[in-house]
Amino acid sequence: MSYLSSTIGRKQVVGIAGLGLCLFVLTHMLGNLLVFVSPQAYNEYGHALTSNPLIYIAEAGLIAIFLGHIILALCLSMKNKAARPVKYAVNAEGEKSTSFVTKTMKHQGIVILVFVVWHLYTFKFGSFAPEQFEVQYGDVVMRDLYRLMVEVFANPMYVAWYVFAVFILGYHLSHGFSSAIKTLGFSHPKYDDKLTKLGWLYSALVTLGFASQPIYVFLSNQ
Amino acid sequence: MAGTGGKNINLKLKVWKQNGPNDKGQFLNYEAKNISTEMSFLEMLDVMNEDLINQGENPVEFDHDCREGICGTCSLVINGQAHGPDRGTTTCQLHMRRFKDGDTIAIEPFRAKAFPVIKDLVVDRSAFDRVIQSGGYVSTNAGNAPDANSILIGKEVADEAFNAAACIGCGACVAACKNASASLFVSAKISHLALLPQGAAEREKRARNMVAQMDEEAFGACTNTGACSAACPKEISLENIALMNRDFAKGSAKNRS
Ligand code: FES
Repeated sequence: MSYLSSTIGRKQVVGIAGLGLCLFVLTHMLGNLLVFVSPQAYNEYGHALTSNPLIYIAEAGLIAIFLGHIILALCLSMKNKAARPVKYAVNAEGEKSTSFVTKTMKHQGIVILVFVVWHLYTFKFGSFAPEQFEVQYGDVVMRDLYRLMVEVFANPMYVAWYVFAVFILGYHLSHGFSSAIKTLGFSHPKYDDKLTKLGWLYSALVTLGFASQPIYVFLSNQ
Repeated sequence: MAGTGGKNINLKLKVWKQNGPNDKGQFLNYEAKNISTEMSFLEMLDVMNEDLINQGENPVEFDHDCREGICGTCSLVINGQAHGPDRGTTTCQLHMRRFKDGDTIAIEPFRAKAFPVIKDLVVDRSAFDRVIQSGGYVSTNAGNAPDANSILIGKEVADEAFNAAACIGCGACVAACKNASASLFVSAKISHLALLPQGAAEREKRARNMVAQMDEEAFGACTNTGACSAACPKEISLENIALMNRDFAKGSAKNRS
């Protein structure tokens, strides 16, 4: 049996990919916070990222990690489903039951996937406005991402959907972060509790960081 | 068998009846009358079965052996909970004082693809035996019996190994897991040898082989939910699963075939 066809090997790859995505999500969230600094800082950060030729390698890596995470997780989820062909008539309650967050990891993942695709469409490739918004600082002309964002978040429905999606993302990470670390073999009574709490703290920070942007922009538009 | 200090209660039971591995199976309603609250859950089923036999009906089949919580033969999912509502308790050690007069109790077999139903509430758990067999041997010096205590083992390590070795192989972890994963069982078996010097020589290879067999038997994967440990009559710790994950990864990295 090869490592990648085993349940544990697959779980570990899903976990490593997940942790890689955790890191990406954190840096993305921190970058977004530049919205609170100034439109120029926000735009220049975006420009610095996208004008760097290394971006293509980073993007290809990110896509590979994302796909690896999704595909292997789906394989595992199918195996898990097949492992109990006849369901229980009564579901457990209390401590012998399964937490809601672990039961719905797949569903959260689907919401996040839809969100990511839509998000890329809107902000990366999207033609939200007939023309690309542009702005010039000194000699450099760049995309006016700030303006795009302000216009997108003028729509309360989009803001609501965005906030909902980042909460689902945070919920996913609240289990995923510590679970991935345990799957990689790190669990000990000395730090298990702290690890779980670190996962919650991380998820809360990411969620609030992401949600603060559309809410702030929407409210300051009013 | 009526108790001395307890009272007697009447219960409605919804019990899974299945004639054989290929039968579809269904729930049938039974009544358990005049049950002493001092009886164990299995004694309650004995009384119900006696009544059924007296009425000329087929009794309900269920597994049991020691009835003192050490053999791991009894099973049952009671109101959705493997081995019933109590922590650290096998079904044979569950007492009827946990139930109230007039309660309805749903009784199902452990459900997993790897644990096919043989009849009614009896399931075939031989997949566990095959996982154990796949663990192979432990290298040891042949010859005269070694002196006692010639291999020193620290108290903490001995305790930890013993905690893992407390697993009675009942399968409640599989029954409780939403993925019907055997991770807690397999990891307990891996740990209790891996932690001791006697089991160190084949440590990673053993982990690799046992995980391969676990996957072969169509158990699911671990989601780190912890329902297994909560349902485990011996309260085996999830820490063992992390040890298994570690040893399996190392074993896979070192494997040369
Ligand atoms: S019958 Fe032996 S543990 Fe329950």
